[in-house]
Amino acid sequence: MPTDSTLPAGSTRSAPRRGASREVIYRHSVVVRVTHWVSVLVISLLLMSGLQIFNAHPRLYWGAYGADADKPWLEMAALNPDSDRPTGVLRVAGGELRTTGVLGVSAGESGAFTERGFPRWATLPGARDLATGRRWHFFLAWIFVANGLVYLLVGALNGHFRRDLAPTGAQLRPRSVLAEIIDHIRFRRPAGEEAKHYNVLQKLTYLAVVFVLLPLMVLTGLTMSPGIDSLAPWLLDLLGGRQSARSIHFITADLIVLFVIVHVVEVFIAGVFNEIGSMITGSYAIRTERHP
Amino acid sequence: MIAIQPSRRRLLAAGAASLAGLALAGCDRLSASPSFQQFIGSGEDLTFDAQRFLLAGQPLAREFPASMISPVFKSNGTSMPGSDEYQALADKGFAAWRLIVEGLVARPSSFSLDDLHRMPARTQITRHDCVEGWSAIGRWSGVPLGYLLRLVGISPRARYVVFRCADDLENSLDGSGLYYESIDLFDAFHPQTILAHSMNGRPLPIPNGAPLRLRVERQLGYKHAKYVMRIQLVDRMDRLQGGKGGYWEDRGYEWYAGI
Repeated sequence: MPTDSTLPAGSTRSAPRRGASREVIYRHSVVVRVTHWVSVLVISLLLMSGLQIFNAHPRLYWGAYGADADKPWLEMAALNPDSDRPTGVLRVAGGELRTTGVLGVSAGESGAFTERGFPRWATLPGARDLATGRRWHFFLAWIFVANGLVYLLVGALNGHFRRDLAPTGAQLRPRSVLAEIIDHIRFRRPAGEEAKHYNVLQKLTYLAVVFVLLPLMVLTGLTMSPGIDSLAPWLLDLLGGRQSARSIHFITADLIVLFVIVHVVEVFIAGVFNEIGSMITGSYAIRTERHP
Repeated sequence: MIAIQPSRRRLLAAGAASLAGLALAGCDRLSASPSFQQFIGSGEDLTFDAQRFLLAGQPLAREFPASMISPVFKSNGTSMPGSDEYQALADKGFAAWRLIVEGLVARPSSFSLDDLHRMPARTQITRHDCVEGWSAIGRWSGVPLGYLLRLVGISPRARYVVFRCADDLENSLDGSGLYYESIDLFDAFHPQTILAHSMNGRPLPIPNGAPLRLRVERQLGYKHAKYVMRIQLVDRMDRLQGGKGGYWEDRGYEWYAGI
C-alpha cells in the first residue's frame, strides 16, 4: 500500500465510502501542504509588518523620487491632526474618502484617535515601531523566499505545475472558459472526473499568484534596498524607479490580499472541512454524481 | 459532503477571530522580548552577509541626470542644531569650523572648510532613500572619505569610522542625544562615499547638514550623518554612547542599512 507521499496528486486512495456518491482522492502532496501553511503564516505577518513600514510614510508616488513636497498618487492623512477629533482621509488619484477610525486616523496607544495610516489591529507590532516592523519584515522575507524556492523546485521537478496547474488546450478554448465563468457565477460545483482537476479559472489564478504576484513582491522588495540597487540598477529602471517599485510592492500586496479573500470564500463555497482537511491530510472527497 | 450549520459557522468564525486575536497579542508580546528581537534580528545578519558577498565588487549606486534632481530636497530629523556653539559657527558662515580627525590614525588632524574645498572633490547626483520610505535626488560634491583617511593614515587596528555630529535630536543636556553614525572600512573606501560640502551646486544648506555631511550611497538616509564635527577611527563601537554604532541604532534600527 503506497503512502500519501508516494502517490501522485489526483490518484484515488480509498474505495468510495457512501455508495457511489463519494470518492476520496489524494489531492495535495506533502510539499504543497507544508509550503501552503508556511505561506499562510508568513504572508500574513509580512503583510502586517509591511503595513507598519508603510505607516512611517503613508504616501505613494510614481517615479524615482517622492517626498513631502512631491505629489503622491495615494495618501492617508489627518485633515486636522491636532484637534480632539481628527478626521482621517484616504486620497487616491484626486478623490478623497473619509476613513476616520480605519485609515489616516485611528486609535493610538492611549486609545485616543491619532494620525496613522493603517490601524493598530492591522500592523505588526500594533504600536508605532518602524524598527521592529522592519526586523520582522526582513526576517520573514528570508523564510518566504526559502519556502517559495522549495515549492518552486519541487513543483518543477515532480511535475506538479505541468500536471495540476498548466491549463489543457481544451480548457483554454474560449467556449470552455466562458462556460467556466458562468458556472462560477451560478456557484455550480463540479463533480465526478471534473472535480479531480482544477478548473481553468483556478489554474490561471494560481499560476498568476505563483509566477507573477509573489515573484513581483520579491523583486519590488529587493529594489527598495539601496545595496541591491547598486548591484542591479537595471531592475529599478525596469520597474520605473524606486518610488514606483514601492507603489508596485503595495499594489501587488493588495492583489494578494484580494486573492486570499476570494480563495477563502471559494473554500467556504466548496466545503470548508473537505477543503481545509485536504490541505492538512492531502485527502480530498469528491462527489461522483452531479447535483444541480 | 458536510453541510455547515449556521451555529457551527458562527462558532468557526468566532474561533478564527479569537485565534487571530491571540496570535496578534502573541506577536506583540514576542516583539517586546529582547531575546526574540535578537532572534528575528538574525535575518538582518543574513542580509548583511548576503549583501557583502554580492557587493564585493564595490558597484556604484545609480547616478542620475541633472533633470531628475528633486525640486525640494526634504530635510529630516534636525533642520537647525540648537547648541550655542553651532549657532556661533553658523553665524560666521562656518569660517571658524574645523573638522577634527582623530582616534586610530597616524596623524590626528583638523581641517577648515577651505582646506576641504582645496582637496580633490567628487560630484555625484544620487538618490537618498529614507528608512521611512520616501526618496529624494540631489547633487552632492565633496571630498572622498577614502582620500581623507589616506591623508591622516589609519592604523591597522582601525575597523570603523565614526562621525560625531552637532545635532541633538533630544536636546539632551548630557549629550546622550547627540547624533552620531558609523560605517566600516568597506563602505568608507567606496568611491561614492564622500564628505559633502555642497548640494545642488551651492554650499550645503543648514537644513541638509551644513557645513559637512556624509554620503554613503548604498545605505539608507539615517547613515548619512549631517552636521559632522569630528571623525574618529575606532576598533570597536560598544564603548560609544549607546554602544550600537549610531543614534538610531541605539534606538532599535539596524547598523547595516543597505536594505
